[in-house]
Amino acid sequence: MENSLLVNDMLPRALILHAYGSNRDLDAAQAFELAGAQSDVVALTELRARALRWADYQLLCLPGGFAHADALGAGKLFALDLTTYFADEVTAFVDAGKPVIGMCNGFQALVKSGILPDGRDEFGSAAPTTTLTFNAAGHFECRWITLRPQSETCVWTRGLSEPIYCPVAHGEGNYTVIDESLISDLSSQDQIALVYANADGSPANGEYPHNPNGSIADIAGVCNPAGNVLGLMPHPENHILPHQHPRWTRGEGGQLGLTLFENGVKYASEHA
Amino acid sequence: MSGRSHTLVVQSKKSDPRNAGLLVDAHALGLHGVTDIQCRDLYFIEGDLGEPDLKRLAGELLSDPVAQTAEWRSAGGDAVALSNTQVIETARRPGVTDSVAEQIVRAAHELGIAAVQRAATGNSYCVGGDLSTDDLRTLAERLLANSVIQHYNLGAIEPTFPQTAKGSAKVDTIQLRELDGDGLLALSRDRRAALDLAEMSAIQGYFQSEDRDPTDVEFEMLAQTWSEHCVHKTFRAKIEADGQAPIDGLLKTYLVAATNAIAAPWVRSAFVDNAGIIDFDDEFEISIKVETHNHPSAIEPFGGANTGVGGVIRDVLGVSAKPIAATDVLCFGPADLDPNNLPEGVLHPRRIRSGVVAGVQDYGNKIGIPTVNGAILYDEGYTANPLVFCGCIGIAPKGKHASTRAPQSNDRVIVLGGRTGSDGLRGATFSSMTMDAQTGEVAGASVQIGDPITEKGLIEVITRARDLGLYHAITDCGAGGLSSAVGEMASTAGADVELTHVRLKYPGLAPWEIWLSEAQERMVLAVPEPALPRLQALCDTYDVELTNIGHFTDTGRLRVRYAKEIALDLDNGFLHDGIPQRKMTAVIAQRSTTSGTTRPALTGQSNERVLLALLATPNVASKSDVIRIYDHEILGGTVVKPLTGLLNDGPSDACVIKPIGTRGSRGIVIANGINPELGKTDAYAMALNVIDEAIRNAVAVGANPDRIAILDNFCWGDPTRPETLGSLVEAVRGCHDAAVHFGTPFISGKDSLNNEYLGADGERHAIPPTLLISALGIIDDVAKAVTMDLKAVGNAIYLVGSITPTENSQLPSAHLYRALHRTLQLGLVRACHDLSEGGLAVAAAEMCIGGRVGMSLTVDEADLFTETNGCLLTEVHPDNAAEFERTFAGQPHRRLGVVADSNQLRIASPDQQFLSVAVDQLVAAWKTAS
Repeated sequence: MENSLLVNDMLPRALILHAYGSNRDLDAAQAFELAGAQSDVVALTELRARALRWADYQLLCLPGGFAHADALGAGKLFALDLTTYFADEVTAFVDAGKPVIGMCNGFQALVKSGILPDGRDEFGSAAPTTTLTFNAAGHFECRWITLRPQSETCVWTRGLSEPIYCPVAHGEGNYTVIDESLISDLSSQDQIALVYANADGSPANGEYPHNPNGSIADIAGVCNPAGNVLGLMPHPENHILPHQHPRWTRGEGGQLGLTLFENGVKYASEHA
Repeated sequence: MSGRSHTLVVQSKKSDPRNAGLLVDAHALGLHGVTDIQCRDLYFIEGDLGEPDLKRLAGELLSDPVAQTAEWRSAGGDAVALSNTQVIETARRPGVTDSVAEQIVRAAHELGIAAVQRAATGNSYCVGGDLSTDDLRTLAERLLANSVIQHYNLGAIEPTFPQTAKGSAKVDTIQLRELDGDGLLALSRDRRAALDLAEMSAIQGYFQSEDRDPTDVEFEMLAQTWSEHCVHKTFRAKIEADGQAPIDGLLKTYLVAATNAIAAPWVRSAFVDNAGIIDFDDEFEISIKVETHNHPSAIEPFGGANTGVGGVIRDVLGVSAKPIAATDVLCFGPADLDPNNLPEGVLHPRRIRSGVVAGVQDYGNKIGIPTVNGAILYDEGYTANPLVFCGCIGIAPKGKHASTRAPQSNDRVIVLGGRTGSDGLRGATFSSMTMDAQTGEVAGASVQIGDPITEKGLIEVITRARDLGLYHAITDCGAGGLSSAVGEMASTAGADVELTHVRLKYPGLAPWEIWLSEAQERMVLAVPEPALPRLQALCDTYDVELTNIGHFTDTGRLRVRYAKEIALDLDNGFLHDGIPQRKMTAVIAQRSTTSGTTRPALTGQSNERVLLALLATPNVASKSDVIRIYDHEILGGTVVKPLTGLLNDGPSDACVIKPIGTRGSRGIVIANGINPELGKTDAYAMALNVIDEAIRNAVAVGANPDRIAILDNFCWGDPTRPETLGSLVEAVRGCHDAAVHFGTPFISGKDSLNNEYLGADGERHAIPPTLLISALGIIDDVAKAVTMDLKAVGNAIYLVGSITPTENSQLPSAHLYRALHRTLQLGLVRACHDLSEGGLAVAAAEMCIGGRVGMSLTVDEADLFTETNGCLLTEVHPDNAAEFERTFAGQPHRRLGVVADSNQLRIASPDQQFLSVAVDQLVAAWKTAS
């Protein structure tokens, strides 16, 4: 017992934020633990009420869900909580270069709070330039998609050559920019971390269902310019075990979403 | 009124994604003159707000400036129409739950705009086309506004803010002791109590013996507690059926008797709790409940289905389990029904379907429970009475519920969750009555809209409070509200409750309304005083409201006070056991002797055309459009998914869940069986068929046939009609016989009777008798699970079981499924799919679709479309064929053919080929959207 505690103390720790209505927190916790981290799911109310040391954590995760029921737009009121109550803590975490990941509702919150795509200019103040709006098909959709990791700047995706296969489950994941020139900026700064792809890994080119929501430039995930903050709509945390693959009974497997977490945890271990 | 009101109009910069669907629906509802509908959101904000505040609200809170524009108008301002359109605006009626409005006020304050006082929401539609005022009204009434919860205006709509209720804070006395029989029945009618003369007389007798008249609180509570919905009068009635010995309670005589006869040692709780419970492994137990929410879904489809899901999740929470999966079986009228043939006051099936599906989606996805199994059926009989079956599966540490069943004297009566409003009054009696054209109007107050995030908070708090041992008993607030929850918990001891302590959404509720309100998302716990601070701390963390409304006693009486004055004082014995047993008469029809298939009426057509037509019928066709709008992946445990196969679109027989946090490789199997087609002709045969189907589906994916428990859901018409009751008796008898035959115990169930609609023309519309059987099974090793899609060319195809028409109501031997299970355990089976609607040809076609590969079979032409019990197709590698056949020795099985690389489904008899269809064609027919 003591031994295992000792070992655990050496593992990087992930802080998983539980907003009012987060619901993939346990899925994320399981992914971090399988990837070699410890994880604590902590409610935002608890974070406000007691002095928890954010500095004790090496990773930060904003999980999926429907914070505040996604009233007034997905992730909007999650973002408001972050900017109202935790602006200093989140800024410090991001500026320290620690890995931060937001999945689905967490991505929506990162975008709507302005942390992505470039927090230095926008966090909570300047007019937003990107958003995640309603899927082009007009409804929520749960289906498995293929992701191509393509950013070497992003600490979560760098070095990943294999595609990732995992589900999306959202109604508002259509990545939209106010001005299309932003895409070349994001691209030139290597911020387009993950794109929707065909089964063979080639770009989806906007075609449904491989690009499930109509996102511009097939963008599934973006990182900040420093590469430590990643937001993505899909759920790599739901493909961390072989039996989660929809065709494991056909002998298919691989392309685990777990690789993304292993990458982030490894980075956190090396830079702790 | 305080402050000015402002209306903010938010509009998508690009076409709003809702627009296309609205236009399709408008055309389908017969409004062909509509050329365009553009949807905008309205937010009504009340408060003294200046231009800068409004600008901030519009830009930072109410719109997404990248994708939307926002502008505002003051009260009395005109609605701005887009060019060449006319405007229709809608808003919610006062008192209808509007959780977005609550968020607006909270978030505005969080933003620092404290002047926002009240908020409400609505929609604005710009409608294109050469349309008269009448056309616009038809569009509004058929599609855009449901008069039960919304009102509309051709032009700018006035905001409607949450209002004060009209009730008085007064307890009334009801003069009942002196009434004669007619007077008693009139009282029952006036208060929508749905009590008959015997029941009213029992109440009268009780109050005569107490030497006083009842209060309105007492009378209303008795009506709810004694409603069909709560007490299942028909299932407990003494039934005289011609030529047979009287049946002393259908539930006891057949369903409980079957479970007792089977005496499975792994059943933890059957029939006594909110949900049935079985063992999972050494550490955990699993629970299941399936409820119906039919009447509410008929008048307000979104809210009805929404709260149906929320209600059944609370049933599972009520046995201290964490909800981990949801199921939904939906029955609608035909989507292509001519709108002019709709009975008065009935919503079109398309509209019911889209509302119900959206309601299920909204609750399940937001609360974070995967929706993993279900079915959708269409029949004209469901036009006025859609059926919405919502199921939930939960998991808890073993023995947890058994230790939290009894409140102790002086435990506090604690209400957790949402506040109480006038929503959902008299829901239990409402669902126990026949509906008519006025129902929507009268029952408006019964309509509820759910708030899944509040219920998510309840899950977080209750699972933790359970592990910390903070309560002695728990139950959910469902039909009958607090009266039913507290009444049930106090039934063995007693309780003393103060109604003024109950937290209200708004002031002005009458005492009986507080006690009876069916406001959603509430649970009642019996909490020992010393545990309260720790429970309060948990509630603070998860934003759950805790209210202390009284204490449990050992007086044997339930006492309810309003501002210290006694409002209710009833003896527990009378309240719970005082209802006279109903005496009912059943006429049992001759069992139908028709034979053959129930579905295809396509005589004279080629087999190919019959098959393609069958695949395209709405009851068989792909349901992937609906399945995909439910999140079936959350919690990471969905090992066999509802959609499977090469392109993730084949229809699974059942689903397999490996619950997160459990050790080893054991999993849960969830399946269902339903067949209203047989219910129309032979209810006994239907019961056998659907129990067999539910078990067959579960075994097909790998469930151990000796570890399956089942639930019943009976949806019938008015049981006071002897013929209707007769078919119910036959179905229940069939349930008993099939359960005992397979050794498969019932652990819970539910009945929804009076699914009838009395048209304005006096015509009665009853549903086909419908029995849903839900199966909860165990698979020892999820790695042994099998899916229905064909895997590899050259594999052998076997038929397991023998084809006999369902009307013959023969069941396969339980050993057949045991043999099949052994072959799955041994890894001999690559794919397995059951024969159901459309028989062998449809099952084979679906397997081809799942694997996108062909099949060549040799069978009798007569067996092609025969619907049968106890049959499955299996795919076996040639190397395993001998062992497969050995394992099936003594059980019917037959090698029919092979998986072929032809990309054709070919079926032949020994002398001639009589069906050959390309797999692409099968796919195209099956994916025909309705």
